Amino acid sequence: MKSRKPFPFHVIVFLAPATLVYTAFMIYPLLDSLRLSMFAPGPGRVEAFVGLANYQRLVSDPNWAPFLWNAIRNNFVFFAVHMLVQNPLGLLLAALLSSQVVRFRAVFRTVLFLPTVLSIVLVGFIWRLILSPIWGISKDFLGLFGAAHLNQPWLGLEATALVTLSLISVWQWVGIPMLLFLAALVGIPDELIEAARVDGATAWQVFWGIKFPLILPTVGIVGVLTFVGNFNAFDLIYTTQRALAGPNFSTDILGTFFFRTFFGAQLQPGNPTMGATVAGVMFLIILTGVVLYLFAYQRRLQRIEL
Amino acid sequence: MFRPARIFVLALAALAIAGAGFAQRATLTIESWRNDDLGIWQNTLIPAFNAHYPDIEVVFSPTAPTEYNAVLNSRLEAGSAGDLITCRPFDLSLDLFNQGYLASLNDLPGMENFSDVARSAWVTDDGSDVFCVPMASVIHGFIYNKDVFDEVGVDEPETYVEFLATLQAIADAGYAPLAMGTTDQWEAATMGYQNIGPNYWNGEEGRLGLIEGSIGYDEGGFVEAFEALAAWRPYLPDGYQAMSYPDAQNFFTLGLGAIFPAGSWEIGVFRPMVDFEMGAFKPPVPAGQDTCYISDHTDIALGMNADTANPEAARAFLEWMTTQEFAELYANALPGFFPLADHAVSLDDPLAQTFLDWRAECEPTIRSAYQILSRGTPNNENDLWNASAQVLNGTLTPEEAGEMVQRGLESWYPPQQDR
Repeated sequence: MKSRKPFPFHVIVFLAPATLVYTAFMIYPLLDSLRLSMFAPGPGRVEAFVGLANYQRLVSDPNWAPFLWNAIRNNFVFFAVHMLVQNPLGLLLAALLSSQVVRFRAVFRTVLFLPTVLSIVLVGFIWRLILSPIWGISKDFLGLFGAAHLNQPWLGLEATALVTLSLISVWQWVGIPMLLFLAALVGIPDELIEAARVDGATAWQVFWGIKFPLILPTVGIVGVLTFVGNFNAFDLIYTTQRALAGPNFSTDILGTFFFRTFFGAQLQPGNPTMGATVAGVMFLIILTGVVLYLFAYQRRLQRIEL
Repeated sequence: MFRPARIFVLALAALAIAGAGFAQRATLTIESWRNDDLGIWQNTLIPAFNAHYPDIEVVFSPTAPTEYNAVLNSRLEAGSAGDLITCRPFDLSLDLFNQGYLASLNDLPGMENFSDVARSAWVTDDGSDVFCVPMASVIHGFIYNKDVFDEVGVDEPETYVEFLATLQAIADAGYAPLAMGTTDQWEAATMGYQNIGPNYWNGEEGRLGLIEGSIGYDEGGFVEAFEALAAWRPYLPDGYQAMSYPDAQNFFTLGLGAIFPAGSWEIGVFRPMVDFEMGAFKPPVPAGQDTCYISDHTDIALGMNADTANPEAARAFLEWMTTQEFAELYANALPGFFPLADHAVSLDDPLAQTFLDWRAECEPTIRSAYQILSRGTPNNENDLWNASAQVLNGTLTPEEAGEMVQRGLESWYPPQQDR
């Protein structure tokens, strides 16, 4: 005699609220945006289906393609600065904060995390003032080291504006990887570290031989969070450089390019269908990155029972 | 069982409800990018209007200038825009009218007070519909700090050579000659290129030539204007590449910079902030040129949201705006915005009067990219911003700037392709 378990209806009840909210506010708008990207304004205010023509236009039309490639290139620079500065710095700070020899750890942890809770508008405004060549304190600060002549209009030069903005963003967000790494490091059992010490390992060897391999899952999560966050970024550039992402589009990333296209900028009227196309490209890039992470990184991680 | 007291109370309540219905006030909301004008609307214009129409409540609700177009578009699409809409000149408003967001004002009493030139920025291409009541134009020129000029011992320059010599003398005396930055880009084009340019492309002759396709941005006066602009580079403040428009305004009003390449709208902004005497000189002419040209740009108008809930009240407000009373109040409340109606208006502000006097001395024109040429992608005006800022930043030569703007225009504008 076979007894079948009844269908677990209560699971559906528990899943329903989250599924409904997520579908209504995330999945539906996403699909509708992708749908919009395959339309173009026709006669009057009616929209006509054009298939993938908008995407073709975006990557090949001389009025669109240079802006797209410029935005993608700038976005990768923005991402690279975060990966090379923000995350190693977060790891270093977490390692220091988890060490027993550092005093006032709670104070440092709070202070380092503080910029993360500030409004981006405030952060952009403050840094614009700090770096302003006219009112700013960056010149006086460099003057303390006798280097006032090295001060530049950092946000106004094509060569420096993007890296400067990336570093401002790093300053603001470094608390997040720091906290994630710290939580992972604190979770490592003391026995492992004590055993290594007994075997004569130095602090350096303990970190790279034991602690770092054990927090690899967190390293991956921090990496993918940085990727998604950076390719969705918009607010900091917009608050400091406005929608035109000057000078000469040198700080234009996909988010600002999307905003200009969708809502229009200054005398250029908005173009919702091309804007949706830009959003579609952003979605594709982020999807590719996340899929790469899931298949190439997360699956190879070994689970270690502690 | 009737209780008289209860009936009396009920009757009173019914009366009160009916009374509220009769006395209901219409509320008009004005969408605008002029957030500098909030006080003038609240303290001067709206009370003057309410003296005639006490039952119409008017709320002036401005948005930041750089976001106005985008915000207004989304509000109109969502049906949440105000009853009266401040009109940008030319295509942006024309698009709104063609999409049915702005009402036609052909039969509005008082529209006959505006000449065809005054209406030109807010009519359909065939001139059959007018959809905004013209409010004001702005004139470009240079506002300067008279104290610095006296100290250095220089006079208002007449020619471009004299202008550059003046800048050099001011720089030698240790002041920053020009208060301007390039980070917002539009100042470089609007207060730089379009300010001094009409003298090089002969005003309307050059502007209409662009529209007809008989001249391009990569030749003649249009390149010479970029060359004249490039000569400003040594006279801009340190770090001008990261100097914003408000930075430049403060730089001038604090007395750090001697000359502000201006639009006349600055008069009202600067007046309460400066403790020195200001003067103004018109764009200097190239050596040997007798005729001067000024940019007298139709800038601002007010139209009616086609979906407004209070069309009668909105039309009453617009009709009041065509009167001598409004022109007089507006021009004097906002020195630097010059009325477009045919009423004779006298200005109390001597600096504003200086600008207005140039109308009699020089040939007027409007900014080159505004009519028709900003319809395509890339947008001609936005290209000019980028090119002018790059010329001042030194990342483009004047020739390259002219070629870049021309290439953008030729890519979609047929008359220029056939040139």
